Amino acid sequence: MNSLVVAGLLLVLLGLAYQTGWSRSRALVSANGVKVHSRPQYHASLVAIWALLPALVILGLWAWFGGGIVRSYGLSQLPADVLATLDGPGKSAAFARLQALASGYGVNGALQPYEQAAGDALRSFQFITFFAVVILAAVAGVGALLFARNQITARLRARNAVERVVNIALLACSGVAILTTVGIVASLLTEALRFFTFINPISFFFGTVWSPLNGSTVPGQYGQYGLLPLLVGTLMITVIAMIVAVPVGLMAAIYLSQYAHRTLRAIAKPIIEILAGIPTIVYGFFALVTVGPFLRDAGHFVGLSINATSALTAGIVMGIMIIPFVSSLSDDILNQVPRTLRDGAYGLGATKSETIRSVLLPAALPGIVGAFLLAVSRAVGETMIVVLAAGNSPVLRGNPFEPVATITVSIVNQLTGDTDFAGPQSLVGFALGLTLFVVTLCLNIFALYIVRRFREQYE
Amino acid sequence: MTDMLAATAIKPTNERTQRIRASLRRRHTGEAIFRGLGLAAIILALGFVVLLFTDIIRKGAPAFIQSNVHLSINFDPAIITTGPAPVRAAGQSDAEFNGANVKWQRDLALLNWNKVIEASLRAAAPAGYDISGKDILSIAETDARHQVREAFAANPALLGQTTKIDVLASANTNNWIKGNIDRSLPDAQQQLSPQARGLIDQLVASGGISSGFAWTILTNVDSRAAPAASGLLGAFFGTLYMMIIVILLAVPIGVASAIYLEEFAPKSRLTDFIEVNINNLAAVPSIVFGLLGAAVFINYLGLPISAPLVGGLVLTLMTLPTIIIATRGALLAVSPALRQAALGMGASKTQMVFHHVLPVTLPSILTATIIGVAHAMGETAPLLLIGMKAFVAAVPASPLDQATALPVQIYLWQGNENRNFFEGHTSAAIMVLLAFMILLNGTAVLLRSRLEKRA
Amino acid sequence: MDVMAGKVKMTQMSANSAMNPTDMLQRPIRLHAKDVTVSYGAKQALHGISIDIPDRAVTSFIGPSGCGKSTFLRCINRMNDTIEGAKVGGLIELDGENIYDPALDVVELRARIGMVFQKPNPFPKSIYENVAYGPKIHGLVKSKTDTDEIVVSSLRKAGLFEEVKDRLNEPGTGLSGGQQQRLCIARAIAVGPEVILMDEPCSALDPIATAIIEELIDELRENYTIVIVTHSMQQAARVSQKTAFFHLGNLIEEGVTEDIFTNPVNKQTQDYIMGRIG
Repeated sequence: MNSLVVAGLLLVLLGLAYQTGWSRSRALVSANGVKVHSRPQYHASLVAIWALLPALVILGLWAWFGGGIVRSYGLSQLPADVLATLDGPGKSAAFARLQALASGYGVNGALQPYEQAAGDALRSFQFITFFAVVILAAVAGVGALLFARNQITARLRARNAVERVVNIALLACSGVAILTTVGIVASLLTEALRFFTFINPISFFFGTVWSPLNGSTVPGQYGQYGLLPLLVGTLMITVIAMIVAVPVGLMAAIYLSQYAHRTLRAIAKPIIEILAGIPTIVYGFFALVTVGPFLRDAGHFVGLSINATSALTAGIVMGIMIIPFVSSLSDDILNQVPRTLRDGAYGLGATKSETIRSVLLPAALPGIVGAFLLAVSRAVGETMIVVLAAGNSPVLRGNPFEPVATITVSIVNQLTGDTDFAGPQSLVGFALGLTLFVVTLCLNIFALYIVRRFREQYE
Repeated sequence: MTDMLAATAIKPTNERTQRIRASLRRRHTGEAIFRGLGLAAIILALGFVVLLFTDIIRKGAPAFIQSNVHLSINFDPAIITTGPAPVRAAGQSDAEFNGANVKWQRDLALLNWNKVIEASLRAAAPAGYDISGKDILSIAETDARHQVREAFAANPALLGQTTKIDVLASANTNNWIKGNIDRSLPDAQQQLSPQARGLIDQLVASGGISSGFAWTILTNVDSRAAPAASGLLGAFFGTLYMMIIVILLAVPIGVASAIYLEEFAPKSRLTDFIEVNINNLAAVPSIVFGLLGAAVFINYLGLPISAPLVGGLVLTLMTLPTIIIATRGALLAVSPALRQAALGMGASKTQMVFHHVLPVTLPSILTATIIGVAHAMGETAPLLLIGMKAFVAAVPASPLDQATALPVQIYLWQGNENRNFFEGHTSAAIMVLLAFMILLNGTAVLLRSRLEKRA
Repeated sequence: MDVMAGKVKMTQMSANSAMNPTDMLQRPIRLHAKDVTVSYGAKQALHGISIDIPDRAVTSFIGPSGCGKSTFLRCINRMNDTIEGAKVGGLIELDGENIYDPALDVVELRARIGMVFQKPNPFPKSIYENVAYGPKIHGLVKSKTDTDEIVVSSLRKAGLFEEVKDRLNEPGTGLSGGQQQRLCIARAIAVGPEVILMDEPCSALDPIATAIIEELIDELRENYTIVIVTHSMQQAARVSQKTAFFHLGNLIEEGVTEDIFTNPVNKQTQDYIMGRIG
């Protein structure tokens, strides 16, 4: 309700300021016929910006600090002896009761008279402060509006000023991407470092046993957090995925770009791209209920013992998911090899496949390697397929027919729903996340570097 | 020089031609094999698409058919002992009347409505059919009692009367009727008792149980106690809130940063860094964004756990690089001639970008946005880390309430222990999710062709 | 083969090629084209070209850009097959054999008719591998010594051997533009073709590299039938014995090079040579 009032007032202020700026600017033009530097809409926008800024700053400050002020006022209304008995959470609970009383709702349990009094006091305090802030913001806004209005002259470079504001806003938006990276790195690092205060980094990075004791808070008895079984599981699945995706994706790209008739290309390309748009949870389910049992039965048929949920199941399905990724990247890269090279080989009498194998592919190799690395990075970071279909068995072994666990699976297992991050059991998620982030980052940087070098070579 | 040429004169033409001809067969075979491999790869990739879709549809389509039990409910005063609904007495205050009403409702809730249902099922069964109360109740879904109670609460005049009410058959009944469970399994492995199974078959034959479209999947919220009544509505709203947040935040911020980087940014270390940074963010695994959300939004900023607000913010950050990269690509593709024409007319750089360049790139930006949003819609892993896999049996009223999302609902359902029922139910949920994604992507394609034609 | 030598040779060469035109006309016909048409989709690029190309001589195609000279050249070894939507009509015969005969193997045809392109396009392999590639795929070499022999002799014939003999295993892309183009010529020679087609082989090169290539072409005509497309009339005059003038997809005039340049019959040819058509 309150936020609606505030938003409404802001809109009114905005409209008012824009209108004022507009009419002032028009008056300027008609009054003396001088040449005005900027068009009226820029004057109007400038006045609007001027009027909104102070109001927004005041409201923003209140939004940031107001909660704390109200809280301390509310608590201060409680008798001192009651207050003394309360710890941190107790204070929060007491304040929540006061807020409920202040907003007119009832509370559970017996209502103390002093609580009712404090609640009433809080209600009037909230009411008064809210109005004070709104009026302050409005006054500041209108004041700034009038100030800006008087600034409007024929020579005012309103357009340049508005454009500068626009530029700053645009710059701020590109800052979000940096902030995201900073946020990722900072949160992963701090929480991972906290994890390493519980568990020795060496036993994390080189440990061969993964068995966290979930729920244990006894120092020294948190279980074992060896990364290697997860790393091996991740690698195994990635390798299987690449074995599926690379030949199929690359050959599909070659066929579509070099052999296929235009009609086939127009139909097949978007259909294969569909694979890229399907959510990974769907692949996971497909792996779990269809591919896994099929592989188990097929293995049984040829005398192999294959688990329904295994590195093989997850790897194959992940490979299918990556096919369009590999094929569209390869397609791009193949198309960038200059036509003259192909002509050179055809001119010598090479067949199409000879041209592709001995000229096109070697020329495109760096780019294709880059594409594969990007695909690897995607496979390493993939989560849902593995959560559902890899069997979650964090044991160090090399058999792809057995269940495995990966880094991503363990992050999900250790962190799901738990956000107090008190013990190594949940903090390890961040150490794993950091590992994953660093690995994929290196792969990406290297791959993008190779691809960029490749592009420059043929530009 | 002539001597040298003579010394290395080419071999006689016919011998050369012979050699070439001899190699041709092998080379053309190699060509055919290579080409065949390419075609095989295409067929394999297309085959995977077909297999995936047919598999999901084959499993999911039957789940859209739901068995209903047609009951003749007798509101027996012997069981419904709460008496008639309170009537407002003269001089009774609002509060008093409301209190009486609430008490009556509570009393209704405390009644054993299962007895009413059991009686009705027994009436439908052949006379003297030997079946225990527990077994006969296992035929209908457990939420049937709420349905019956609500029907009575809405019309207390039904007391002592008989009325027809359709309730959902239980998940196990559905399994039995649809053949999701092997009928030849011994009793010990069956989910229903032999008596219940026999009665179901008789009711199906007599029309006491019939099938209809399972609207409940679309109109109900999730339910653990009554699996057959569980639906996607809650998850749908969770996803809806998140997508609104993504569109409201990711699109303006993404487009604005792309414009800044492509049009305004001076070539400096900083912009180089931002560029590398964005390219890498686009390839950061989605689960890492979940870690970011858990640590920053929930733990540090104290935003509510399991809330679509946090999910939306996380997905926004995840989608942002995609939109930035696509928009920059679109801006880059605008011909310099257009820019020069605008600048030449005396437009400022900002005017050139917003009046001339941006409108031209709108179709590409729109398409990229929709595809980015569709991708965000299917994302599961980061949501698990910010608590959105909690069981929520309600439609979230605001983005600050607890909620799940469609893909998370799929994850939750696939883990349900009643596999026979939930394999189909999950596939049905996947069909709904895929339908939304196809709708979005189709819109993108359509919009693109529309706008490009107009431009 | 230093720069000075190249320049000196060039002046001699111009004299050479113009010296005995009658000798040129007496040579046997290697390639015969009749009513060749080419269309890309709805657009017709060539309207019935008929020409005879003499054995062991250089024939040049000249004309303003877009006149169809390169298109016609690419018909001769069926390079237009690799362009989607291109349709070729009419007759082209190599030694009396129709090269568009469905029974004829295009791979074999291209082994007989080599091609050098506008932009030097060495493969991203070593110099050695570039030259050895053709003989290898065509099964012309049985052993390493065979290959070595062909590579060395081809590089020699292309006048490149002395410059690269110490770095045969370095990538061909590391050479200078002119060297790259001679490598491409060596690559074409290595297959042992009868005809070599050159599509503006000097357009991407500086004058000195151009002079060296022109000299090479003059040497090669002793053993090969050469067809060269050029946008430079001076080059056509310097290297070729026969010249054909193309304009807007038509063959306007053909004849002994000296005649075309000194005494053109057709008005359009005259205009082009005088610089009135660009």
